[in-house]
Order: sequence, then structure tokens, then C-alpha cells
Amino acid sequence: MNETAFKRMKDLPSTHLLGTGTPMCAGCGGLIALHEIYDVLGPKSVFVNAAGCMTLLSVFPFTPFRSSWLYTSMASAPAGAQGVRDALDILLEQGRMPPEDDLDVVVLTGDGSAYGMGLSSTSSAIERGLDFLYICYDNEGYGNTGHQASGATPHAAKTSTTRGPGGFSGYKKDLFSIWAAHQPAYVATVIGSEPLDLARKIEKAKSLRGPRLIIALAPCPTGWEFEPRDSIEIGQLAVKTGIWPLKEYVDGSVAHTVVPRRRAPVEQYLEKQGRFAHLFHPQRNDRLLAELQARVDGYWDSV
Amino acid sequence: MSRELLTGNGAAAWGARLAEVDYVPAFPITPQTEIIETLANWFESGEMPGRLVTLESEHSMITAAGAAAATGVRVFTATSSQGLLYGMEMIFSVAGWRAPFVLVNVSRGLGTPTTLESDHTDVLAARDSGFLQLHCATCQEVVDTILMAYRIAEDTRIRLPVIVNLDGFYLSFTREPVELPDPALARRFLPPFDAQNLRFRASAPTSQGVAVLGGSPYSYFRYQAHLASLRAIEVYDEVADEFEAAFGRRHEAIEAYRCEDADILFVMIGSFATKAKAAVDQLREAGWRVGLARIRLLRPLPVDALRRVTSGARGLAVIDQNLSMGQGGVLHSEVASALYGHPKAPPILASFIGGLGGRDISPEELYEIAAETRKAIDEGRSPLPRLLFTRDELREIRKLQAIAEVERNELEVKR
Ligand SMILES: Cc1ncc(C[n+]2csc(CCOP(=O)(O)OP(=O)(O)O)c2C)c(N)n1
Ligand code: SF4
Ligand SMILES: [Mg+2]
Repeated sequence: MNETAFKRMKDLPSTHLLGTGTPMCAGCGGLIALHEIYDVLGPKSVFVNAAGCMTLLSVFPFTPFRSSWLYTSMASAPAGAQGVRDALDILLEQGRMPPEDDLDVVVLTGDGSAYGMGLSSTSSAIERGLDFLYICYDNEGYGNTGHQASGATPHAAKTSTTRGPGGFSGYKKDLFSIWAAHQPAYVATVIGSEPLDLARKIEKAKSLRGPRLIIALAPCPTGWEFEPRDSIEIGQLAVKTGIWPLKEYVDGSVAHTVVPRRRAPVEQYLEKQGRFAHLFHPQRNDRLLAELQARVDGYWDSV
Repeated sequence: MSRELLTGNGAAAWGARLAEVDYVPAFPITPQTEIIETLANWFESGEMPGRLVTLESEHSMITAAGAAAATGVRVFTATSSQGLLYGMEMIFSVAGWRAPFVLVNVSRGLGTPTTLESDHTDVLAARDSGFLQLHCATCQEVVDTILMAYRIAEDTRIRLPVIVNLDGFYLSFTREPVELPDPALARRFLPPFDAQNLRFRASAPTSQGVAVLGGSPYSYFRYQAHLASLRAIEVYDEVADEFEAAFGRRHEAIEAYRCEDADILFVMIGSFATKAKAAVDQLREAGWRVGLARIRLLRPLPVDALRRVTSGARGLAVIDQNLSMGQGGVLHSEVASALYGHPKAPPILASFIGGLGGRDISPEELYEIAAETRKAIDEGRSPLPRLLFTRDELREIRKLQAIAEVERNELEVKR
């Protein structure tokens, strides 16, 4: 990433495109990431949304976007993007629309949609080589319906449907690899608490054509049970502990864009969130904590 | 204008071609597949400009159709049965986008049991979606109705998507002579889609499909779509007038066949009306005053026209090729609600369910239906609903069950 316009923090856009006054919770990590993404992406875009927290960004008759918006359904936002992109292409090809009216087609969904119900329509959009940008804000649960466990929920996390002493018994699905296995133009993980890394990745995605997919880990005060003011710190800890690897897939290979020099223990990340409180109280669950640490260590040893 | 032998599916493809559609999101399902294969070949060979894209499901296909229409191009798509139901969430959703396009449904019975053959339970499941519904009885009507459907859908007073229905097998795979409208005349009748402000453009951002908070804005938008749908009754008549002027064929919202002095009317939708017409002719010859009211425009339901067409009759025999479990025939209750309390409503309203999953309705059964309705008129009391099924059919089913039983027993003995 040599030709980036974003070398230092002060290179980041200073004017913000997304309006304020949305009904998102205070400290919403997804909204922070969306702000940063949108500033780099610019207003010549149409957001195609699936059911989730962000559906409530555009509530009649207001919208925080300067661009267009199309809400579809939980399962089919990528198909909505297909219809819009194809229609724009037809209009351009036939000279029925001036080129300056063209739009970047952006899918915006939560993890529940991206990892589960919408995976089939995403897979097919990638396989068709659809020229679009997919932004998944990953709050690791079905947030809008009260934070039930989804395919993105991490092992041992408490959710509204996994309240037992061990939390969620499954393991977070590796959506990055699933997407990358389709060999699209670009896949990256980002997080709002690393704005430079995020801006460079959106910049790169914007410069490419074809399917470009971004997963933003989205610290969620409401679902993860922490104070809104800690949202950025938790995001930073997700990176420092190595729980959320910042990486990208481009031209057939995966590269890590931020490698924590000395990884902090995962405990530091876990203990800040109510959803992992059962790992520490009433007594420490050393076995589970060791397992979680070992999984993270195993990941970094393998890359 | 050229005359060709076309299947119902071929006619549907020609309808889309003559409508000069820009975009066809597609997914295969029997008995619809021939439509998208035909269109795919025309796009491939360059005979049609634009694109066909195969999605991975009907849910996605209908999403893409609505999204493309909302971006301002002319869209056509087609499905059937399980496919229509798989996409049902989006059928309701895209109607609310007020994005006009045409979807051909080739009627096929719904599982379970699984069948490939025709009835109307699939398309009637979309009855309350906001899509307008037009039902065809001949291959000619399929071509004509698709052209008319775009005019109605795209009319700025309406702006709703339309389902054009044709019956699987009976129409989809049956060849009939069809007059294909001259392309230039078709273009004059149906000019290119003027999307106006319905579009996504960098210079004019818009939001579509947004959420509302509370019942007031929700009701407001639902009522708007309902009122637009009702307006389609008058717009339909205008479009039918223009179609007749351009092509010399008239397609009424309700086809009235030999209804003028009829005591008894068959009331139905779809291609089996052709069988009913033949029965009407036979019964007329035998001195019965019988007619047929075939509803082509089912949504919106042209209530006034239905009252007018039926007002002279003494009894209606509604034949439903669908079954609402625990209630009966959908068309029967539609007709009842349209006529109830109307001073000239026929006193007798009889319900017959038949033709499910491709089961034929024989001429004898149609005579029997007429006889039963006449008896009810004489007795002054509507009969109980009847499910058409013959003793022979029951015997066949019992025979199959007995054979299966014997074979199972033999297997068990061997084991
Ligand atoms: C077909 C369908 N099933 C269920 C729902 C209910 N629903 C609305 S939002 C949501 C959760 C979505 O989760 P995710 O994609 O992670 O987004 P988040 O709510 O976390 O932002 C669910 C289950 C729906 N809208 N549509
Ligand atoms: S529930 Fe979580 S993801 Fe949803 S708006 Fe609140 S903080 Fe954001
Ligand atoms: Mg979520």
C-alpha cells in the first residue's frame, strides 16, 4: 500500500458525510466504522441494506446518508445490489444515463445476514463477479432482535440464547476465508478503532472492480455489555490481543496489515465485557480461558 | 403482424420480447423454464438487447427484479409454484417499492404432495401482496396481456408490479396459433419505460424501502398502494380500449361468454374456462340458459363489472382450481364478498373445487355442476361446497394402496 493518500492520522477526511441523530446506541462500534468507511467512499453510492440494526438508519422521512438507500430483506441484499448494478450498466451501455450519474453499489449488512441467511446470495454475487462493495458490521450476534447467538458469535460468549455457564458452545465462523475461497477482487477485515488501516483498505477497495468484501468487527455496548465510552478501547484490545486479525486478501494471497508486536493476553479483552463475565465470576474458568488463548495463539502461529 | 404456432411459454417469451424488456433476472422451475431459456437465447444471439442473469434463488431473483425496476429499467421475470413461494417475502416487499415490472407465473400445484401439474393455489398465495394479477386462458392472451400489463404497471397512477398467470401444462406446453403484434405497433402501444423519479442516480439520491415507526406512516403507505391498485380497474379499461384500437382484439377485465340471458353462470379463472365454454355451448343446445364469467383481472377485483356481469343470473357456480384449507375455494369467497348485499346479486352461490394438481374437469362434471346449481335455484338454497372427485378415482387410489401393501408384505416375508 505505497500510494495511499492516508499516511498519517491527519490525512483522514476531516469532513464527515454521515449525518448525526441516528437511533443507533451510544458507542456503537458498527456506526463508528460506517462513519469512517463512508468518509473515504464518498457520496456517489447506493447502500443496499439487509435487516439489522442499521436498517433503522433510514426511517421515514429521514436519512443520515447523502447517497441513495434501498432496504431489501435479511437474505437478499447482494441480489438487490445485482439488480441495481445490472440496471445501471444497461443504462450506461445504452447511453440512457450520463456516466457521472453512476454509483458505487454498496451492500450493508450485519453478521447474522452475512454469515448466515445472506451467505447464499453473497456467494452467488461473488461467483457472478458482481462489481460491488460488501460491508458487514460484525457485532457477533443478532443485535436488532436482542443479541441472540449467530454464526459470528465467538466461543463461550453469553448471548440471549446462550446464557449457560459455558456461553456459546459453537465457534465463530471464518467468513473471511469463506469469502476469500471465492477468489473475489478483495477481502479485508477492519475495525473502527484502527482508522488508518480502515481508510487504506476502503481506498484500495474503491480502486478495484468486482466483488470487494469488508468485515468490520463492531464492538456493541448493548450486546457485549460494556460502557459506551469503552467502545474504542475494546476495539483496540481486540487487535492487540490478536483476537481480531487485521488482514486483506488480494491477488490470491492473504496479508496481515497490522501485526501486534507482543500480543496482550486475551483476558484483557474478555474481562471488559459482560458477555464473558462468567469466565471470571463467581470463579475463574481457567480451562475455558486457556482454550480461548490457545486458539488465538494457534491462529498466529499458523500465519 | 405474424401468425405463429406457440406454446404458452413461447408466447410469454414473445410478450417480453415485444415489450422490449431490458433486464430478466431468472431461475429455472418446471413448467416455466422454457420462458427463460427462450429469452436467454435471444439475449445471447443479440436479437434482444439487455441482459438475462440467473440468480441463485427466486428470493434473490425477485429482489433483483424489484431493485432493477427501482433503478429505472424495464424488467421481466417468471416463476412457478415453489419458486413463487420461495420468493414470497420479496413479492410483498417489492410491491411496496412501487417499482413496476411484470412477473409471469406458470401455475403449478404446491407441495405437499409434490406435483408438477397445474392449479391456482400458488398464484392466489400472492393475492394480498400488492402485485396486480391478470389471468390468461389462451396463448394469444399471454402475449397480449404482457403488453397490457406493462402499460398498467408503469402508469404513473399505478406504479405497481403485475403477475400475469398462465396454467402449467394446459397452456405452458400447449401449442396454439398466436397473432404476434408487429414490433413497431407494439412499441407505439407500449413506449419505452419512463421511470421519472423512480431511479438511483448520483445526482438525485433517493431512499427506497425504508422503515417507518408506528402505525400511522405504515397505514399511510399501505393505503396508498391499495388505492393505486384500485385505480388499476379504470386504467385497465383504458388500456384495453387502446389495445383493441391498435390490434383489434379486446380483452375485458371479466370475460362474459353468453351471459346476457343466462340463469346460471360458471365463474372461474384460467384456461379451464375454455372447457367451460364448450360446456356452455352444449348446454345451450340442450336448451339451458347458461353462461360463463371468466375473471381476468383478479387484483384489483373489478367488483362493479362482476356485479354487472352476474346481475341477471339466478345462480352462480364458482369453480375453484385452488383450495384454502379449512375454508374452501378462494374465488368463491372473493365472489361472495363482492356480491353480498348487492340488490341484484344472484340468490344462489355454489362452490365447486376441482382441477387440483392438473386433474381434469370433464364435460360431464360441468353438466353436473350446472344441474346442481339449477336444483339449488329451484329449491332456493345454496348447496354445500363440493370437492370434485369420482368414484373411479377413489377406486384407483385404493388399488395403488393395495398394491403397495401387498408388495410391502412380500418384502417382509422375504426378510
Ligand atoms: C426473514 C427474516 N427473519 C427474521 C428477521 C428478524 N430480524 C431482524 S434483524 C435480525 C438480526 C440481524 O442480525 P445481524 O445481521 O447480525 O444484524 P444486527 O441486528 O446485529 O445489526 C433479525 C433476526 C427478519 N427481519 N427477516
Ligand atoms: S445493538 Fe449494538 S450494533 Fe446494534 S445499534 Fe446498538 S450498539 Fe450498535
Ligand atoms: Mg449482528
